[in-house]
Amino acid sequence: MTTAAPAIELVGISKAFGSVQANKDISIRVMPGTIHGIIGENGAGKSTLMSILYGFYKADAGEVFIGGKKTAIPDSQAAIDAGIGMVFQHFKLVDNFTVLENVVLGAEEGFMLGTSISKARRVLKSLSEDYGLNVEPDAKIEDIGVGMQQRVEILKALYRQADILILDEPTGTLTPAEADQLFRILDRLKNEGKTIILITHKLREIMDVTDTVSVMRAGEMTATVKTAEVTPAELAELMVGRKVRLTVAKKDISVGEKILEVKDLSVKDINGVERLKGASFDVRAGEILGIAGVAGNGQSELLEALGGYQKATGSVTYKGAAMDLSGLVSNGQDRRSNGIAHVPEDRQSEGLIMEFMAWENAVFGYHLDPEFRKGWLTDNAAMKTDAAGKMERFDVRPPDPLLKAKSFSGGNQQKIVLAREFERSPDLLLIGQPTRGVDIGAIEFIHQSIVELRDQGKAILLVSVELDEILALSDRIAVMFDGRIMGERRPSETDESELGLMMAGMTKDVA
Amino acid sequence: MNELPRWAEIILVPLISLLLAAVLSALVILAIGENPISALQLMVQGALGSTYGWGYTLYYATNFIFTGLAVAIAFHARLFNIGGEGQATLGGLGVALVCVYIPWPHWSLALIGAMVGAAVLGAAWAAIPAFLQARRGSHIVITTIMFNFIAAALLNYLLIGLLKPKGSMEPATAKFAESTHLPSFQDMFSTADNVLFRGAPANVTFFVATLACILVWLLIWHTRLGYEIRSFGHSDSAAKYAGISPTKIIMITMMISGALAGLMAINNVMGEAERLILGSVEGAGFIGIAVALMGRSHPFGIFIAAILFGFLYQGGAELALWTSIPRELIVVIQALVILFTGALDNMVRMPLQKLFSLFKRTPVSEV
Repeated sequence: MTTAAPAIELVGISKAFGSVQANKDISIRVMPGTIHGIIGENGAGKSTLMSILYGFYKADAGEVFIGGKKTAIPDSQAAIDAGIGMVFQHFKLVDNFTVLENVVLGAEEGFMLGTSISKARRVLKSLSEDYGLNVEPDAKIEDIGVGMQQRVEILKALYRQADILILDEPTGTLTPAEADQLFRILDRLKNEGKTIILITHKLREIMDVTDTVSVMRAGEMTATVKTAEVTPAELAELMVGRKVRLTVAKKDISVGEKILEVKDLSVKDINGVERLKGASFDVRAGEILGIAGVAGNGQSELLEALGGYQKATGSVTYKGAAMDLSGLVSNGQDRRSNGIAHVPEDRQSEGLIMEFMAWENAVFGYHLDPEFRKGWLTDNAAMKTDAAGKMERFDVRPPDPLLKAKSFSGGNQQKIVLAREFERSPDLLLIGQPTRGVDIGAIEFIHQSIVELRDQGKAILLVSVELDEILALSDRIAVMFDGRIMGERRPSETDESELGLMMAGMTKDVA
Repeated sequence: MNELPRWAEIILVPLISLLLAAVLSALVILAIGENPISALQLMVQGALGSTYGWGYTLYYATNFIFTGLAVAIAFHARLFNIGGEGQATLGGLGVALVCVYIPWPHWSLALIGAMVGAAVLGAAWAAIPAFLQARRGSHIVITTIMFNFIAAALLNYLLIGLLKPKGSMEPATAKFAESTHLPSFQDMFSTADNVLFRGAPANVTFFVATLACILVWLLIWHTRLGYEIRSFGHSDSAAKYAGISPTKIIMITMMISGALAGLMAINNVMGEAERLILGSVEGAGFIGIAVALMGRSHPFGIFIAAILFGFLYQGGAELALWTSIPRELIVVIQALVILFTGALDNMVRMPLQKLFSLFKRTPVSEV
C-alpha cells in the first residue's frame, strides 16, 4: 500500500430501486494516477454506482471519500466541484455548437460570452498540448467524427479542472483505431497524474489499459485485482460466475446453393443522401455471412431493404426469384411467407412492442397466420399457448406470456424475438446485432441458436458491430464502410486488426 | 417504474381523481354561498332519483358512449381525433337524408338505414383528415378541429336552403315520418297503469351504444385489425417492420372513429329531435374526449364514464333549475372532472405507486 490517500474511496455504498438492489455494500479505493476498470455484465450495477458518484442518484447507505476527505455529492455540480468529470456513453453535446462553445457551456463566467470564450480558447490550447487531445476549436460538433466528439467530452471535464475522469463504455461507437487513440490519451492523462475510472464490459480494454480492475456482478463487487495478475478468462468467470465459452462449436457442413444474391443494392434516406452505395454479395445455404462494420455505415439500411420496409435500387435474388424492393408494406408480409425471417437490430423500437404482452409479441409479424385465427376473430388462446411453448424452448425467463415485453431483461426480450423468428424454420435469416445489450449468459445461448440454424442448412446474414461475434460465428466476413462492401475475408485468414482497418475504410495494402 | 395492480389502475385511480374533483367542486359551491351537500343531493335526486331523471341521464350517456368510443379507438392508433363534433354533425345529416327522403315501413328498418347513413357520412368526414395525415403529414389534431367548423358551416348552408321545407321559417329539416320514430324507454318499459320514463328522451339507441361497446372491445383486442391498430399506436417503426401499413391503419382507424361519432346522430337526431336542427351535437364530440380519457380508452370504462357525464349533465340542469347555482358552474365541475381524471392523472398515480411498492416487496425475478 502506498502512503498517499486514495483519489476516490467508496465505503459500503448501497442503492435499491424499489425491490431491486442495484448496488449492495460496495467499497473500492482508487489510487491517484491510476486507471481503474470496472467490468460487469449489463445490469450488474456499474452505471448506478457511477451515477451515485456523479450525484445523479443518492445512495441509500455508504460514504464517498475524495482525496481522503469525506465528501457529500448531492448533485452533479458538487461532483464537478470535487474534481470529478464524467464522459457519458451517449455524448451530451450540442450538435450545432462549436467545440469551444460546447466546452464553455455550463461554465460560462459572467454575462458576456466573449470573455469566457477567449479564456476557453487559451485553456483549450494548453490542455490539447498537455494531453495530446487534438481538436479543432471552431468546428461544429455535427461536422466532426465520433472520436473527436469524445475528446471534446474529455476536454469539457478537464476544463472544469477534473482530476478524476469517469468514462462510461467509451469505445461503444469507436472504430478499433479510434479506440486505440483514446487509450493512448488515457495513458497520457494518467502519466500527468489524473485518475481514471473506465467502465466497460469489454475484457480486452480492461486488459489493455487498466492498472487495477473491479468486477461487478448482480449489484455486488465480487473482486478487485491488479490487472497484471489476472487473465481474461478469469475475469470473465468472475463476471458471470462460471466458465464462459468464448468460441462456438460449428459443424463442418458443405455450403449449398445460393439463397440470396445481392447486386448493386443502394438506398437513399429521406434527405436523398445515399446510405447504401451499391453493395453486392451472396449468401448460400448452410453458411453465415457476417457483415462487420462500425454502426452507421449502411448496415441498418441493408437489413431494412432486405426486410422489405425500405425502398432500394439494384437487384436482389432470393431462391432464384427477383425480390420486390419497392419498400411497400406488402413486402414485409411476402418476405415472411416466403421463408425469410428477420431479427431487427433494434428490438425495442422494431422487433418488439414494449407495451404488448409477451404472447402478443410472439406472433408479431405473423399475426395474420391462419393458425391464429378463429373466424373473424383472433385465436388469443392459441397465441398464448404458442408463446408459452416458444418461451419454454428458448428459455425466456420468467416464462410468463402475460408479462409485458418491457418487463423482461434485454437478453430475454431478444430471446422472445429469436423464438418468434427461428421457430418458423426460415430458409434465410436476417439478423442484426443479435447480442446488443444482452448479458453474457444469454449471448452464449443466442450464438448457439444461430449456429444451430446454420447447421440445419439455412442461410444466415449476420450484421454486428461486435467483431468478436463476427469472428466467432461467420463462415465468411464482409466488411462495410461508408455504404460499401470493402472486401470479404474468411475468419481463418484474417484477424481483428485487418478487419479493423477495413472498418475504418482502409485496406491492408494502403495502411 | 412499478406498475399498479390492475384493479387499482382501473378503479382506484379514477375514483380518487373523482373524489378530488368533487371536493374542489364543493369548495367552489361553498364559495358562491350554496350548500354543497344539498347541491349534491339535488343532482343525485334529479339525475338518478326517478325514471324520468334516468331517462335523461342515459340519453346523454348514449351520446357520450358513441363519441367516447370514437376518440378511444383513434387513441389506440395514437391518433387524436378531436373532430367528433363535426363527424357527429355529418352523421346527423346522414340520418336526416335517410329519414326524410326514404319512406320506411317500420322503425327497425329505418334504424338500420339511418345507422348506415350516419356511419357513412361520419366516416367520410373523418377520412379526409385521415388521408391528409397519412399522405401529406398534416397533423390530424389541426385538421379534425378545422373540419368541425367546416361541418357546422356546411350544415348551416344546407339547413337554410336545400333541406328546409318550403315556407318554413326555421333552419331545420322537416319532421321525420312517424314510421321512423324510435321506441323511447317510455314506449318500451311503461305498462298501462305505471308510466315510466315519462317524456324522457332515452330510447332504443342506448342498446345500440351498449352493443357498440362490445363490438369495439372485440375489435380492439380480438381481431387482427385491432392488433394492427394497437401495434401501430405503440410503435410505428415496429409496425413497419411487421409489414403493417401506416396509411391503411390511419385511414381505417379514423373512418371507424368517424363512423362511431356519426352514429351518435341516431340518438339525438332520430331518437330525440326527430328532425335535423342546427347545433344538434351540443358539444358531445368534445365531451367524448374526456369520456375516453377517463375510461382509459377501454369500452367498459367508457360506458361507465359516459354514464357519469350523463349524470353531470342532467344533474347540472336540475341544479340550474332549482338553485341559484348558475348552469356555468356545471361546466366548471365537468372541467374539474376532466382536469383530475385526464390531465392530472399522474398526480394521483405516482403517490399510489409509491404506496403500493411500500406494501409489496416481492422480489422481481432477475435473470
